This record gives sequence, structure tokens and C-alpha cells, in this order.
Amino acid sequence: MSLVLQDVRKSYREPGGRTIPILNIASFRMDAGEQVVLLGSSGGGKTTLLNVIAGITAVDSGRVLIGGIDVCKLPEAARDRFRADRIGYVFQTFHLLPAFTALENVLLGMTFSGKGANRAKAIQLLKRVGLSHRMNHRPGHMSVGEQQRVAVARALANTPVLLLADEPTANVDAANQQIVLDLLRESCREEKVALLLVTHAPEVAKQFERVEKLAEFNRPGVAPLAAGASA
Amino acid sequence: MNLASIAWKSVKQRSLSSALTSLSVALGVMLMVTVLVIFSVLDSTFSQRSIGYDLIMGPKGSPLQLVLSTVYHVNPPIENLPYRFYKEIQKDPRVETAIPIAIGDTTEQGGFPIVGTIPQYFVIDYAPNRQFMVEGKSLQKPFDALIGSRVAKVNGWKIGSTFRLVHGGNEGHVHNELFTVVGVLAPTGTPNDKSVFVHLDGFYQIQGHDKPFDEAIRRERDFFGEPPLGKAELDAEVARLKKKYSHEGHKHAPGFIEEVPELQKDVTSILLLMKSPSAAILFAGEWKKSFRPAMAINPIFPMQQLMVDVLGGVRIMLIFLTSLIVLVSGIGIFVSIYNSMSARKREIGILRALGARRQTVFSIVLAESILLCGGGGVIGLLLGHGLVFLTAPLVEMRSGIIMNPWSFEPMEAALLPGLLVLATLAGFLPGLLAYRTDVADALQNS
Repeated sequence: MSLVLQDVRKSYREPGGRTIPILNIASFRMDAGEQVVLLGSSGGGKTTLLNVIAGITAVDSGRVLIGGIDVCKLPEAARDRFRADRIGYVFQTFHLLPAFTALENVLLGMTFSGKGANRAKAIQLLKRVGLSHRMNHRPGHMSVGEQQRVAVARALANTPVLLLADEPTANVDAANQQIVLDLLRESCREEKVALLLVTHAPEVAKQFERVEKLAEFNRPGVAPLAAGASA
Repeated sequence: MNLASIAWKSVKQRSLSSALTSLSVALGVMLMVTVLVIFSVLDSTFSQRSIGYDLIMGPKGSPLQLVLSTVYHVNPPIENLPYRFYKEIQKDPRVETAIPIAIGDTTEQGGFPIVGTIPQYFVIDYAPNRQFMVEGKSLQKPFDALIGSRVAKVNGWKIGSTFRLVHGGNEGHVHNELFTVVGVLAPTGTPNDKSVFVHLDGFYQIQGHDKPFDEAIRRERDFFGEPPLGKAELDAEVARLKKKYSHEGHKHAPGFIEEVPELQKDVTSILLLMKSPSAAILFAGEWKKSFRPAMAINPIFPMQQLMVDVLGGVRIMLIFLTSLIVLVSGIGIFVSIYNSMSARKREIGILRALGARRQTVFSIVLAESILLCGGGGVIGLLLGHGLVFLTAPLVEMRSGIIMNPWSFEPMEAALLPGLLVLATLAGFLPGLLAYRTDVADALQNS
């Protein structure tokens, strides 16, 4: 399933009323199973872009097509279900629920999808990320590297078509950065999941075959031609 | 993993706050259950279900006092009725059975009320379809006594035990006559359990219980509306009776118990079983209009009035107060969940990012409120009945009232649905906050 972005615009309104444009992407495409890294600086709209693709943040205009389905056009409930079923998301700060064990966090990732929780699969995923001995531990009792591996397992829990990773190595210690990165790439390759990873770290980006610089195709300050002419 | 287990995790995560809010609900429900059980016991104790008679006859006065003194032995008798009146009532064609009652004295040990009556009292059901069970035998000889189960337990009396009576009223002297326990009644859950029954014949044999002739004559004539005797006539009548019942010119064998002349006997009340319900109504109505200083009342009415007028109000007030406690506990749940919402914004954001719908996170918060409120309610129900279970022996010992800790009140069935409504109200606003949470904002600011 491919990911296509067409004329995606997103801006935020400040409390004072001023509008801050964040995204202005004329076109972006990645194919099924492809692994792409988006390189961008802090505040460049990387997280907003991922949230737009995940259907968490609504766009001002444009289309976000995943497998031909325009996520932006889906009603909210359908968008939530679409996200649960087809998109995995690895956050920079892991976002594991502290009251839940590693296994429960992975099961939670399955709860809201149409497939339901599959304990055997959750265990298998945790084994896959090398945490078979930590399944019943809570995040507070795990290292940051282990926590991010749980987050990877959770993101893969529903066998998504697309995995979004937002600076997945930024909060992980140096020893674990490569482990997490390898894990993400290998897991996506094995499961035939497309991987879109955003980072500001060139050393992460250089490991990918396709590297896109966000600043090159995201021009938030550039208005459409018609709007620009009138400005 | 279902919504309830996710909500339960959240409850556990804030274990202290959750435990305290649930405990406050539990305490409120416990108090409410205790009030309901206690009033149910009082209702059954002071209602028709405890009395096997259609009517009680006694001197004119307060119907409530007559019932309290005759059935519950907690009030002094109003006055006495002449024994001749009892005989007259006994012959009324509408009366099935008339049981005389004479009360006023207490036991020297334990201060239990003495009830002078006839053996037939124990043949008649003490409450509908509930018969007296006795260990030993019934009253046969004048100084025989049957004791209630509570008396046996407290005083440690058994068959063959002997005791003396303390005279009622202000004098309080101990009578010389010795009564012997011939039987112990099985527990009935009624005031009979803490009463001592003596044979009416023996009751009259007690020194001072037979009225002097002159007083008895005056009283009887007054009661039956006969014109009072002049002094000469009265003296002559007293002299005649004294001579009739004098021991001059004859001797009695040792152990002979002389019967007290009928004129000198009194009863404090008469229990009546009527031949039909309509006869009871007509009979009571007639006595209401009668010029004689006696009345026949249905024992149910004064007690029902007492229950409705006095205890009914207290019951409503206590239920209202305990409801307020539960309501305040519900507000506590609301405050607890509401205050936790800002801290849980991230958690809700994560759930939404994982695909949970707005309604789902709303339901999780609502489920949490229901868990706290419902859990507290169930614990409160158990605590309430547990409290009754623990205090039942003490209440029984002090008052003779038997409380069944496992009897459930119909109103208890309404408690849990009521708590469900309360939980829904308490969880609604926090649930709405969860519903409206902006996912991107929640994730970014955590």
C-alpha cells in the first residue's frame, strides 16, 4: 500500500490570532514496503506531518492517500479505526502506559483494531524485540532502550501497512540507538511494512537508501500561486 | 483487553485515591444498609406479624400504652380490670378465646417482667402460624413458671431453678413466694423471650396481689356502673365476705393453697381471639362507644401509627442522611477523577493515537467511575450486613430483639442501580474531558 500526499497544507493559529503555516507539501509519495527517512530540523513540522498522515491532526487542505484511501476524507471514527488497523506509530518519548506491563502495552495496541487482542502474537512480538524476559515488567522498571523496543512491538501489533517513527532514537542511549534502528528496519522488512522515519540526525538518515529532506518539499512559507499573486 | 480492565488499571494506578473514594461510598452504603435492616427488624417486631391476637382489652386510656404494656412489657399497665369482667368477656359469643394477663412485677434477678397468665396462652400461636415450643412442661401448679429463652440465657436459669418477684410500682419490695421454673421457651424473636410467665393462680397468691375487700367492692361497683354502697352496707358486705373466706372452724392440710376470692382478683388486660375478623371489628366498635371504662383495640393500629408517625419519620430522615453521605461520596469520586484528568491527558492521548475512539475513552472514564462507585457499593453492602452480624448478639442481649444479618430489604435492590446512576453522573464530566481531548496536543505536551 502506497502513501501519497497531495497539496497538503496545515497551519496553526496562535492565541493572538496570527496564523503559523507548518506544512505545505505539494507532493510526496512512498511505495508499499519502502523505507524512507525524512530529515529535518527541530520545529520543521516533522511530528505534525506524521500526525497528519496518521489522521491524528486534520489538514487545512490536501489529500493523504494510504492505499488509495484519503484519510482526510474519512469520518473521525473511521479514521480512528483506520489508524488502529493499518498504521503503527513509534513515538519519540515511547508513550507507553506506565500502569501496564510490556505485554499489556502491546495488547493495548491491538485492543482498538478490528482484529482484537491476540496474546500469542503479542508474546511473539516481544520475543522478536528481545524482551521475552521482560514481558511482565512495567515501563518504569525497564531501561529506555527496552521501553522503545516495547513501543516498536506495539506499533507492529496490528500488522500495519505503514509504520511511522518519530525520532525513535532521540531519547535512547547511544548503545541502544542502533539496536532500535535495526529492529525497526528488520521488523518492517520482515512484515513488509512501509517505514517512514523522521529524524534530525544525519547519522540515522545515512543508513537509509532513500533520504528526503523535509525542507526541500515542505514549503510552509510559500503560498499557492493564486494566493501569492494576490498577496 | 477490554474497557473494564483498562479502567481497572487506571483505578489501580491511583490506588490510594481510589481506595479512599471507594471507601467513602462503602461507608455511606454500609450506614444505609444498617438503617434499612434495623428498621426492618423494628417493623417486624412492632407490627402485626409479632402478635397472634385479634384484640386486646384493657382499661380506657392510651391504646399505645396498652399494647406496649401487654405485648411488649415496656410500659406500666394503665389500670386493672376486675376478674368478673374477664369472665363476662369470656362468655361473649363472638369471642373464641380470652386470655387474661396480669403484669407489673419483675424478677429479682435480671429485672425481667413477670406475666401472670393461664396455660392456654402457650397453646395459641404467638404470631400467625408460629407456635410456642417449650423445653419442659407448661404451667400446671400455681407457683410454676415458664421462662423466655433470653431470661434463661441471661439469668442462667433452667428447669428446677427457683426465683422471687419484686413488686411493681414504687415500693419495689421482694415477695416471699418462691416460683419454680418448669419450662424454658424456645426463642421466638418477640418480647416473650425476655419475659417470665407465672401461673395466674400463683400470681394472685402473692401477698398484696389480692385487693382488700372494701377496695375491691368499691372498684367493681364503679367499673360495672352499679351505685356505690353506703358505709354501713359496705362494712356489712366486707364482714360477710371475711366470714365466708375465714379459716375459723376448719383446718387445711399442709401445702393446701387457698384460692383467692374472685372479687379480689384483677387482670391488667385480656388478649382476645375472635371467631371472625368482622366480629373483631364490631366488638371493638361497640367498646369504643361503651360507657364502661374499658376498651378493645386491634394491637396492630397503635403500633403501625407509632411506626409511621415516629419511627417512619426517623427512618426517612436517616435514609435521607445516609443518601447524602453516598451523594457526597459520589462528588468525591467526581473530584478525584476530575483532578486526575490533567495528569491523564497523555494517557488518553496515547489511547486515542492507538485508535481508541472518543466514545471509547469516554466509556473508559465512565467505567472507572462505575468501578469505584459499584465496588464501594458492594463492599458497603457486605460491611452493612457484617455490622449487623457483629452487633446482632449485643442487640439481642440488650433488647431481646433478634436481628437477622442476612435478611435483605427490597430497597437494597435499588441501591446498586442508584449507585450506577450516581457513578454515571460523577464520571460524565471527566468523561467529557477525555472525549474532547486533542490527541496531538496531549501527546506533544506530555
